[in-house]
Amino acid sequence: MSTPLERRQALQQDRRVRYERMVEIRALENKVQDLFDEGLVHGTTHLCLGQEAVAVGVAAAARTTDQVTCTYRGHGVALALGLTPVQLLGEILGREAGSIGGIGGSMHLCDPEIGLMPTFAIVGAGIPVAAGAALTAQVRGTDDAAIAVFGDGSTNIGAFHEALNLAAIWKLPVVFVCENNQYGEYSRIDLTTPVDDIACRAESYAIPSAIVDGQDPDAVAEAVSGALDQARGGSGPTLLELKTYRYAGHSRADTAPYRPEGEFERWYEKDPIVNFGRQLVDEGVLGDDGIEEVQAAVDARIDAAVELVLASAPAPVEAMFANVLAP
Amino acid sequence: MPRMRMNQAISAAIADEMRSDPDVIVLGEDIAVAEGPFKTSAGLLDEFGPLRVRDTPISEMGFLGAAVGAAATGLRPVVEIMFVEFLGVALDQLSTEGAKFHYLSGGLVKVPLTVRASVGAGLGFGTQHSQTLESWVVGTPGLKLAVASGPANAYGLMRAAIRDDNPVVVLEPRRLYAQREEVTVGEEGIIALGTARQAVSGDAATVVALGSTVGAATEAAAAASWSADVIDLQSLQPWDKEMVYESVARTGRLVTVEENPLSGGWGADIVAAVASDLFGELKAPPLRITAPDVPVPFGKELEERYMPSSTYVGEQVIELLDTGRVPPPWWQREEITP
Ligand SMILES: Cc1ncc(C[n+]2csc(CCOP(=O)(O)OP(=O)(O)O)c2C)c(N)n1
Ligand SMILES: [Mg+2]
Repeated sequence: MSTPLERRQALQQDRRVRYERMVEIRALENKVQDLFDEGLVHGTTHLCLGQEAVAVGVAAAARTTDQVTCTYRGHGVALALGLTPVQLLGEILGREAGSIGGIGGSMHLCDPEIGLMPTFAIVGAGIPVAAGAALTAQVRGTDDAAIAVFGDGSTNIGAFHEALNLAAIWKLPVVFVCENNQYGEYSRIDLTTPVDDIACRAESYAIPSAIVDGQDPDAVAEAVSGALDQARGGSGPTLLELKTYRYAGHSRADTAPYRPEGEFERWYEKDPIVNFGRQLVDEGVLGDDGIEEVQAAVDARIDAAVELVLASAPAPVEAMFANVLAP
Repeated sequence: MPRMRMNQAISAAIADEMRSDPDVIVLGEDIAVAEGPFKTSAGLLDEFGPLRVRDTPISEMGFLGAAVGAAATGLRPVVEIMFVEFLGVALDQLSTEGAKFHYLSGGLVKVPLTVRASVGAGLGFGTQHSQTLESWVVGTPGLKLAVASGPANAYGLMRAAIRDDNPVVVLEPRRLYAQREEVTVGEEGIIALGTARQAVSGDAATVVALGSTVGAATEAAAAASWSADVIDLQSLQPWDKEMVYESVARTGRLVTVEENPLSGGWGADIVAAVASDLFGELKAPPLRITAPDVPVPFGKELEERYMPSSTYVGEQVIELLDTGRVPPPWWQREEITP
């Protein structure tokens, strides 16, 4: 089985792997939902179904030494960066096989080897932290950068604005990636936010911005790469708004009754997996049976991961006492 | 007396106050149309309309600060902080601004603000959504703090909080929202802030509990060979010294049961006061039963170990009674930490 780093490198080099990773993210999220329905998961979870291209595009553009902060809706970003299905499912099920040994759960993933900083369950909290990771790169003179991935709703919290301002005046090598999935919890963005496009918020901090099709992994990768180049070159931060859509409810308890009729169907026409798969077949990157082959390989991988995770012991009671303070 | 779930009792308390006082308004994330993530504002938008019942953006500092300003100028806002941790991003407005206005206006400005927040472990929300954090509120003069332990006192404390002319924080143990009991509604149901409630009567010890631990303490007392007073403190700032002192003077033994970590927990204040003021009456050293000094873990078994269970409370109290000494906590007994 591939290591997180190998998974990441493969994704960076090969668009076929990017497609496969999106399929993996979707299959895994669906599996998480099934495990929930079977009563195997304690607590809550936030699925990123529909947002797979954001995760894969970001991971394709970032170096493994770049630092990424993301949210509780972070399963996709984590897998794209390289976290293995076993590490992810293990964490969600509270098993020793989890990325932090099962004491974190669905909202708390981490793997420094691939630049995945501890994920954030507090809205907005990861945005200034990414600026701080960029500060490290600037002070040490490396040409690494940082990426903050956060939701549209997070741009109404002070941390977002403070982080953008700070990054702007210090020209920090950080890219702010807003996943605009149209909702913050049960509220449509227009009910909580007076602007149509989040990207315009960059203007007040005098930093460049762009609106990107968040359902196209190539477009995401290209935009993030461009912004990372600027950042590494000393030009400072960029705000990217990735237009995307949250297929599921906010969290497991939410069936999204507030969603207008036809909205999901309209977005599904832009489904990142269906469209990118078709594109790769047209380009000849995937063969005629390529779609089915990928799906079969992914399903087998996930079945194997579930088996491994269910055989892994729950986090022992001693685990809650470990790592409270560094030695 | 209607039987209600705790979330229904909270909705009812807010609605009753809104009916009697048009200055009461409600603010929070997804509290209007969706009636709150925990359904603690059911029916409010329908009955009182969007001028008084408002969904906010995810901007805790903004809307809690706005509530401070509205309170200082005549309204009685009730603000929902969905998980108490989110108070972190707004704490300045509560602790450093709102809590000080009365003082810094020479008594001219009042801040009749109620801040409600869900607290506690047990539902698998993970480390950043499972703390109780009374410690963020106690120790700030100018704030009052109440903690609900079930539907009846959630109703009564909420109404008292909304009527109070000071900023009051009401903490609601999240895992009790679905618990049902009979609730005295109306004026008789209001519970004065600062008063405790005797949940169980006995004579061998005084067990002081708060919020989620009232259930564990009461169950432990029901199952035990010992007999103790179980006091549901209900308010922490101010707390009911009279009831606790009267009880300890009778039983000679004090036990606190806390869901928070040992260090900095509310029980330390109770124990310190009793140790100082009732030293001569004590037959045994005071015992604090708490969670360990660790962040709240995820995982069903771990989380259940983290919170003091009724069995654990029962064992600790019996050992105190048998030996006259404070028993080590489970994590030392099991030699997990020194
Ligand atoms: C400071 C804070 N306030 C509120 C919440 C509760 N909450 C969790 S997710 C969420 C919605 C966030 O929306 P958005 O930023 O658009 O991200 P999305 O969930 O759509 O990915 C809210 C309000 C929180 N976790 N932290
Ligand atoms: Mg969103």
